[in-house]
Amino acid sequence: MKKPSQFDAIVVGAGPSGNACAYTLAKAGLKVLQIERGEYPGSKNVQGAILYSDALEKIIPDFRDDAPLERHIIEQRVWVLDDNSFVGTHYRSDDYNKPPYNRYTIIRAQFDKWFSSKVREAGALLICETTVNHLIMDGEQVVGVQCDREAGDVYADVVIMADGVNSTLARKAGFHGEIKDSNVALAVKEILFMPEDTIRQRFNIGEEEGVVIEMVGKITDGMMGTGFLYTNKESLTIGIGCMLGDFKGSVNKTSPYALLEKLKQHPSIAPLIQGGEMKEYAAHLIPEGGFYAIPKVYGNGWMIVGDSGGFVNAVHREGSNLAMTTGRLAAETVIAAKAAGKPMSESVLKSYKTELDKSFVMKDLHKYRDMPEVFHKNNQFFTTYPELVSKAAHKMFTVDGVDKKTKEREIFSSFRTSRSLTGLVGDAVKLWRAFR
Amino acid sequence: MNAPTTPAAPAKRPAGRGRNLELSDELKAYKGVWVFVEHDRGHVHSVSWELLGEARKLADTLGSQVGAVLLGGADEHLEKFAAEAISFGADTVYIVTDPVLKGYRNEPFTKGLTDLVNKYKPEILLLGATSQGRDLAGSVATTLLTGLTADCTELNIDPVSKALAATRPTFGGSLYCTIMTLAYRPQMATVRPRVMLMPKADSSRTGNLVHDTLGMVETQIVTKLLDFIADAHSNKINLPYADVIVSGGKGLKNPDNFKMVFELARVLGGEVGATRPCVQSGWVEADRQVGQTGKTVRPKLYIAAGISGAVQHRVGMEGSDVIVAINTDPNAPIFEFAHYGIVGNAMLVLPALTSAFAEHLAKRSKQVA
Amino acid sequence: MHIVVCIKQVPDSAQIRVHPVTNTIMRQGVPAIVNPYDLFSLEEALRLKDKYGGKVTVLCMGPPQAEEALRKCISFGADDAVLVTDRAFAGADTLATSYALAAGIRQIAKEQAVDIVFTGKQTIDGDTAQVGPGIAKRMGLQLLTYVSRIVETDLDGRSITVERRAEGGVQVLKTALPCLITMLENTNEMRFANLPAMIHAAAYPVRKWSKEQAAIEDLDKIGLKGSPTVVSKVFGPSPRTEKVEMLDLETSNLRDISLNLLQKVFTRHPTLEADLLMKEEA
Ligand SMILES: Cc1cc2nc3c(=O)[nH]c(=O)nc-3n(C[C@H](O)[C@H](O)[C@H](O)COP(=O)(O)OP(=O)(O)OC[C@H]3O[C@@H](n4cnc5c(N)ncnc54)[C@H](O)[C@@H]3O)c2cc1C
Ligand SMILES: Cc1cc2nc3c(=O)[nH]c(=O)nc-3n(C[C@H](O)[C@H](O)[C@H](O)COP(=O)(O)OP(=O)(O)OC[C@H]3O[C@@H](n4cnc5c(N)ncnc54)[C@H](O)[C@@H]3O)c2cc1C
Ligand SMILES: Nc1ncnc2c1ncn2[C@@H]1O[C@H](COP(=O)(O)O)[C@@H](O)[C@H]1O
Repeated sequence: MKKPSQFDAIVVGAGPSGNACAYTLAKAGLKVLQIERGEYPGSKNVQGAILYSDALEKIIPDFRDDAPLERHIIEQRVWVLDDNSFVGTHYRSDDYNKPPYNRYTIIRAQFDKWFSSKVREAGALLICETTVNHLIMDGEQVVGVQCDREAGDVYADVVIMADGVNSTLARKAGFHGEIKDSNVALAVKEILFMPEDTIRQRFNIGEEEGVVIEMVGKITDGMMGTGFLYTNKESLTIGIGCMLGDFKGSVNKTSPYALLEKLKQHPSIAPLIQGGEMKEYAAHLIPEGGFYAIPKVYGNGWMIVGDSGGFVNAVHREGSNLAMTTGRLAAETVIAAKAAGKPMSESVLKSYKTELDKSFVMKDLHKYRDMPEVFHKNNQFFTTYPELVSKAAHKMFTVDGVDKKTKEREIFSSFRTSRSLTGLVGDAVKLWRAFR
Repeated sequence: MNAPTTPAAPAKRPAGRGRNLELSDELKAYKGVWVFVEHDRGHVHSVSWELLGEARKLADTLGSQVGAVLLGGADEHLEKFAAEAISFGADTVYIVTDPVLKGYRNEPFTKGLTDLVNKYKPEILLLGATSQGRDLAGSVATTLLTGLTADCTELNIDPVSKALAATRPTFGGSLYCTIMTLAYRPQMATVRPRVMLMPKADSSRTGNLVHDTLGMVETQIVTKLLDFIADAHSNKINLPYADVIVSGGKGLKNPDNFKMVFELARVLGGEVGATRPCVQSGWVEADRQVGQTGKTVRPKLYIAAGISGAVQHRVGMEGSDVIVAINTDPNAPIFEFAHYGIVGNAMLVLPALTSAFAEHLAKRSKQVA
Repeated sequence: MHIVVCIKQVPDSAQIRVHPVTNTIMRQGVPAIVNPYDLFSLEEALRLKDKYGGKVTVLCMGPPQAEEALRKCISFGADDAVLVTDRAFAGADTLATSYALAAGIRQIAKEQAVDIVFTGKQTIDGDTAQVGPGIAKRMGLQLLTYVSRIVETDLDGRSITVERRAEGGVQVLKTALPCLITMLENTNEMRFANLPAMIHAAAYPVRKWSKEQAAIEDLDKIGLKGSPTVVSKVFGPSPRTEKVEMLDLETSNLRDISLNLLQKVFTRHPTLEADLLMKEEA
């Protein structure tokens, strides 16, 4: 039976998507209750990440004034690693040094805490250490949530699920099925403490400047995945992630932790992190199913935002910006409906999806829609190629009297011996399609 | 509410704006290192003797005298305690006997100690960090409006200012800080039992007794001591003063396995200690907890089984003469400060140790006999 | 009856890290919690309220963020919360803290007379156990520390009887109200807050008092200025120079290792073996 609503909206979760949503709603004067499972916002969130300014600017334009930002990125490195070497590109541009900066490294625990304080300033009520167990239904309509505390039912006109990658709530409610192992990556990361000037010297960067290293290759032991290393103010974030399915099927029974340890010992990485004291270790899932894995994200009295909707751009490891944007768009949908005095029905909330499709979120996800498939079906990208590529580089850069033309020929044949010509061509085409 | 009690002639607080760090001439007059001697039902708490040992060293560095304070009822053998105090290093023992001082109560003891300080002006005043010492120290320091440093692990004299440099762990032992009281007297500090070494008693030492009166009658005292329920002997656990301690941690997995710890302790005639999580999960009594929020111990032999060696535990036991650690994890922090380490399953090692010790002791005691 | 409980917000020292270079505490990202010891006092206060009715006010001196700690106490069932917060309080040691808190309690008492003040046994950051006794002395309250049980409270007779943990036993003490009590740890278990209580707490307007609002007269008695103690040096624990000697289970069996170990222990500590044998005799 329908109880009178105590709130205009309930937001489940205080990650980037939940905070963006609750903030936008509260700013518009709506009565918002936000419920977070963790001890405090950020306590349950993996630390160390990249923040993409644009998405946050649209919500808190002057966030740079007081947000806990570590360093702005001035250099992006992409490395292909085999067992003892890497080939890579470094792109550093002074444009990245002109404010307003476009990307920052952040420590999630601190960032989420800050974001949450903004949410509360805006007037939303936040309660922590409280888990939402179920949605309360009134026929087809979601009318509230049931929490793991005594007298735990609370009612609202609309419930926004920002509960992260597992999206337990939506699944329990049957709004979408189980997530496939092949659609989520398991990532582990560590924060290694390091004195500020050591970081500056090792990466040759200044005060506020930061570097990002994205890595692919043998480091993932043949599984589909990537590694990454970020510079924070007084620490480094290093991590690696592979598809959950791959871990389960891994021939060598490789564990994520083992991968990370191996990565840390890699001759190209070890010197960078040497002496770093481990501050934090975290494992977390990333939804990487992409475009085709996005479930239905709205219905009668409910919407899904952020990771729980699978809004992650795996190729560019973007998540929090999609999370914030989806959170904001969902909020704006509710605000508009309220203003127009409309009910929170499926037909009204549909405009959330319409806005999503117009935004970069769906455009990007659509652009890369085939990536997961390609990489998944062709693990040579993570096995054979890295070795070949680095062998090639090795050949080219070793001066040993052999002329470059011959070297090229050798390199090409080395590719061919390990992979058929058609295979090579096929891969090229696949990649080109996926990135197109 | 009651009007605040006006402190009995507080050491005058230096005037002036900014923070004053200079000692006023009036306060320069304060001389001597005092120890409050804690006793209860016929026993002096050993921490008082440990403190007298420290007081002696401090006084010698300062070239001043050691005073001991004894408060109690008429029938509490204070003279006997005074003689002991002198043998442990006191030059003068200040004794206040009064019926209202029988059995510790905050109000009369605070008055007694405060009056003595205001009258004889000691430079330093040390108390044991016991439930009685802490209760009293906090009250006296506030009444005298002076500085008090709790739970010190080291006491020195700062060569420059000649002030008491009191060192204590903070943040559960992850850091230490040295604290001084520069512009106020007396400089007060509390120290836990067993942190300082027991001094050797020297019965040939001499000293003088000074008797004072309290000037307080029972009717003036609001709080009444109705009864004292002594701990039953069975559950009297005297961890701080045990020669041998076998401690268990979460690594033992369950209270059943913990029995192996008791077994080894029994064979060694020692006490059983534990880490906080074991106490929290109700495996053993709270009195057995070793560490920052438990007891400080310095046995001759400390055997740690299934204990990771977190800093909060370490600060409570690293003073032990010999530390033996048993842990499955070769990288467990405990191996950073143990003397002997065995990487292995405690459930197997403990029984082996037990039988080995039993066997050995049996053999030797025959030889002795 | 009206009860004031002093609570402090402290960094969760389980998660404290020390800066390996500068030897300073890295509070960054370390969650702030209600001092665990204070919760035993709060729970005891709430039980008294359940029994005799009345009101529980929680009081804290600290930075603006400490508001969250007070909110938490509201969710457990405290009725009102006051945060005494002012830059001028910064750097306070226990003497200055007890002065500020005593002033705060007097202000609260002006609104409704206070029967009992509770503080925790000690904090996990300052961990001095001095502020409680300090407040009691400054306010002329009877002091009952290390209380393990409140035996009975007689509101008409204005008296209270408690059991107090002492060395080697328990004192049974009877005193007059108002008084100050510090509860021993593990003497009770904090209740869980239900959802309405959580929502109430989230919305509760915690009162924030400046030094003026707390009616602090003497500015020389608060903050750094009112603190006799001076921290002269902070340093990390000195690493053990002697390395641990490992007894390898791979190379020899348990029994040999055990015997080997006790030989080493006895040679290292000659008197120990004799002591143990003496015990055997006894
Ligand atoms: C290793 C790793 C590295 C990453 N790096 C980046 C990066 O560099 N840049 C980037 O933009 N993105 C990155 N991402 C992705 C990004 O972290 C996520 O996309 C983003 O956090 C999604 O935010 P969210 O609010 O949707 O979910 P979350 O941040 O997971 O928040 C969900 C919140 O809901 C709470 N919750 C869950 N269930 C319940 C419940 N039943 N009741 C109450 N509360 C509940 C959780 O405690 C949590 O706080 C990374 C992810 C990983 C794992
Ligand atoms: C404010 C505060 C105060 C504290 N005060 C104290 C205190 O006073 N005293 C205290 O002890 N703690 C205290 N703690 C807790 C302290 O931080 C640690 O959590 C605690 O000491 C760990 O206890 P443990 O070693 O038993 O458990 P764990 O840390 O879980 O260690 C278990 C160990 O057993 C090992 N192990 C597992 N299986 C086996 C096996 N079969 N055989 C042998 N070894 C095995 C593991 O490798 C591990 O090293 C305090 C914490 C805080 C925050
Ligand atoms: N800043 C503060 N605000 C409120 N209460 C405090 C504060 N500092 C100490 N207390 C109380 O005094 C008790 C003892 O603190 P301490 O003397 O620091 O060990 C604590 O358990 C608190 O109840």
